[in-house]
Formats: sequence, structure tokens, C-alpha cells
Amino acid sequence: MIYQGKQKIWSDYQKEIPSDGWFYVRSCIRQSFFPASEKYFLAICRDLLGKDIYESEHHTTCGGIAYHCDTIPQETAMTIVARQFALMTEAGYKNLVTSCITSFGNYTEILETWREFPELEARIRENLWKATRREFEKPEYVAHASDLVYKFRNEIAERAKYRLVDVRTGKPLKIVEHIGCHYSKMFPHKGIGGAEYPCVLSGMVDSWGGEVIDYPERRHCCGFGFRQYMVKANRGYSVSNTYKKFESMEPYHPDAIITNCPGCPYFLDRWQYVISEQTGKTYGQNGFGIPVFTYEELAGLVLGYDPWDLGLQIHQVAVEPLLDKMGVEYDPDAKYLGINKEKLMKPALPSCLKCF
Amino acid sequence: MIDFGFGLSRSSAVRLDEVDLTLYRKLEKLEPGVRTCMSCGSCTATCTAGPWSGMSVRKVILDLQRERASAEGHGEVRKMLSACMLCGKCSMVCPRGINTRHLILSLCRIYEEKK
Repeated sequence: MIYQGKQKIWSDYQKEIPSDGWFYVRSCIRQSFFPASEKYFLAICRDLLGKDIYESEHHTTCGGIAYHCDTIPQETAMTIVARQFALMTEAGYKNLVTSCITSFGNYTEILETWREFPELEARIRENLWKATRREFEKPEYVAHASDLVYKFRNEIAERAKYRLVDVRTGKPLKIVEHIGCHYSKMFPHKGIGGAEYPCVLSGMVDSWGGEVIDYPERRHCCGFGFRQYMVKANRGYSVSNTYKKFESMEPYHPDAIITNCPGCPYFLDRWQYVISEQTGKTYGQNGFGIPVFTYEELAGLVLGYDPWDLGLQIHQVAVEPLLDKMGVEYDPDAKYLGINKEKLMKPALPSCLKCF
Repeated sequence: MIDFGFGLSRSSAVRLDEVDLTLYRKLEKLEPGVRTCMSCGSCTATCTAGPWSGMSVRKVILDLQRERASAEGHGEVRKMLSACMLCGKCSMVCPRGINTRHLILSLCRIYEEKK
């Protein structure tokens, strides 16, 4: 293929991401699962890199979780989203950045639907006015928070205290990346690299010194699948999906997993415990599991933030093996200390999966 | 073992490095067109025998490519092949122009040799 032609095709897979002036909306479930991730996204982008990112305490869930669980109709989700847009407009921002993949998919889907059906947008505007007396302008740009971290990945690498390298051997750490279904499978042109070559996470891993693992079930779902997990009778499907992924990645001996979506780190992390209890099998070295991180947590580790401030003690799978490989300094006794150094309760240990 | 109230299915993870492609390679020699299959499923969608017998040319090819036809899987592939009436509708709709009727006959011949 002619080089220029190849460059032109690849440019179709890229996104022009504005570097400043963002209105940030958080995820409803991430704040319970991985509460420090969003805090450190703001700490990295706003405080460390000096970007203008604003968030309002008045914003709510986007309704995506209920929409994908079939508990609310799309029009309700649209009105909730219209209210978020109204908050953004009132704050004077034009670019929206979402913490959650499903929110990203939800906002994008709604904007695309309004483009196709303007009469529906008019009805939602009317609903919002009747309910809240608010009006809104549509965002000029919608990004996922990982798009911004990807954009700033080299700036993060320049400030890095640690690299994704095994300090004992000098070799790059083997990292599995998991994109999440609602990032670029719904609207491929909205994701960096599209649906075929999503490089939002692999780009970060490359910049921070790690080696991305390509394995057969790399693009398989994490197993969350909303109703697959939410309906207890379906949970066998959820854990079986995760099991399939771990069986597939096991021969490549990954050191860690980096994820993009609120559900993926939770299920790839917690299901390792369930799989170990059901089959007696663990996937890390010496009886440990494979630690799973959000992209903000991994960025925070690379930048040298304290692992316990990043909330890594909340993970089911012990993260210490990776911290030791990276050479991260941490205090094992401080793992279960609260903000004011008060002692928190220690969790019960699993019978198979080795934890601290 | 803890009872969580839900179970775990056997993993169907594909291990491409460990697949034994002997049967598929034999088929490739007899019907090279199989290499161009993109698993679109047009053959299966149009199959007269499919709705009542489970016959699926796409699944037969995938089973061979992923070694699912091994051990107990062979029985399923043979059962699917035996339901084919050689009507040729799959050949007519294949966007890659694969001679699927010849492919099925070739596969039957391979299985005859194996007996």
C-alpha cells in the first residue's frame, strides 16, 4: 500500500480532541466501586497538567445504566441527559467529558438520535422546560475521560516516577488492555482507533513503558452485560464470559489488566474471586490473581501517587505483586487505614485466591 | 466450595496456537475456495435443511478452523453434513463465489477416508 494512502486511512481512525475547557460528568457506579479514580483524573488533568475541567455538584446519573437494564425508556434517559447539557450550558462550557463508557455511549447515541429525528429533540426540550424550566445547547464535543488521558499520555510519561517495567529484570510488564463495549463498538468513529484498532489504552501502556498482550479473546465482553449480571438467574453467563477471557489470556502470563469502563474492572476483579472459589483456579503467580486497574489508577501509580490514596485496597485481587514489580514504595501497614489514619476493618480472606 | 446461586460454564476460549488444522488443510487442498470464506452466514441463512436439521455450512467451516470438530464435535459435523440435500442454494448466494456444494462433498470424502 502507498504510504500516503495508508496515512489517510489511519487518519479516519483518529479523533481531534480539544485540549481544554471541559465539563466533567462522573459515573454513578464508579463512585462506589473505585472512588479515587475520578478524584485522581481531576488531580492529574486539573492540578498537575493545569487543564480547565469543571464539574457541577448538581449533575446526576445519565440514566444509561437503567436504560441498558431495560428499566427506563430512552425518552426518560434523554431528558436526564438534556438536564446535564443544561448544567453544562449554564456553566459556560461546550465540551463534555464523561467518566463512564456507558455514559459516553449514551450521550453519543442520544445526540445521533436527535440528529436523525429533530422532532424528538424538540419534544425532549419541551419535557425539560416543563420539568425544570431549563434550556440547553448541545455539546460541540463529547469525549470519554480516557481520551483525555490518552491525549496527555506523553505529558504523564514525562512526569512519571515509575514506569511499567519490572525493576528486577528490566523487561516491560505484560499488560492486558480491555476497552469496554460502549466505547467504540456502538459508534466506531467516536473512539480512538475505531472498533477495529482501538488504541486508547494500548497507547497509554506503550507510552508508559509496558508491553500490550494480544490474545484471542481480547475483544470479548468482560461479562458485565447489564442484565447478564443484574438478573441473578443470568449471572452464570456473566461469570462464564469472564472465565473465558481469563482462560484465553492465561498462557501469556499478564502482569496486570488496564480497563476503560466502570463495569469491566469491577467484574474482571471480583469474578477472579468467584472463579477461584468455584474451580480452585487463580491466574496470577504464586496463587495471586491478575491485578485489574482503571486507567486513572495506572496513571496515578506511574506518577507516583500513594497506592492506598488511589484506593487500591478496595480491589479484591491483591495489587502488591505489581507494586513490587514496578518498584513502587508503599506501606503495607497503611493499607487499611482511613483518611485520618483511623483503623478500618480488615476484609475476610478468600479460601483460594491469595490476598493480603 | 461456596454456593453463589449461579454456576460456571465450560470455557469456550479459542486457543489458535494449539488448534490441529489437519482436517482443514485437507479440505483446503480439495476446495481452495474455503480460504476466502468470511463467515458472513449467507449460506446458512438460505439453507433449506437448516431450520429443521441444524445444518450450517458456516458452522462446519468454523468448527474445522477452530478444531471444535475434534472428539465429540465430529459427530455434530457429520450430522450436519448428512442433512445436506445438495440443492446448491448456498453456492448461489455466496458473496465470495465459493463452490459450497463441492466443499460439502469434499468434506464427506475426507470423513469417508477417516472411517
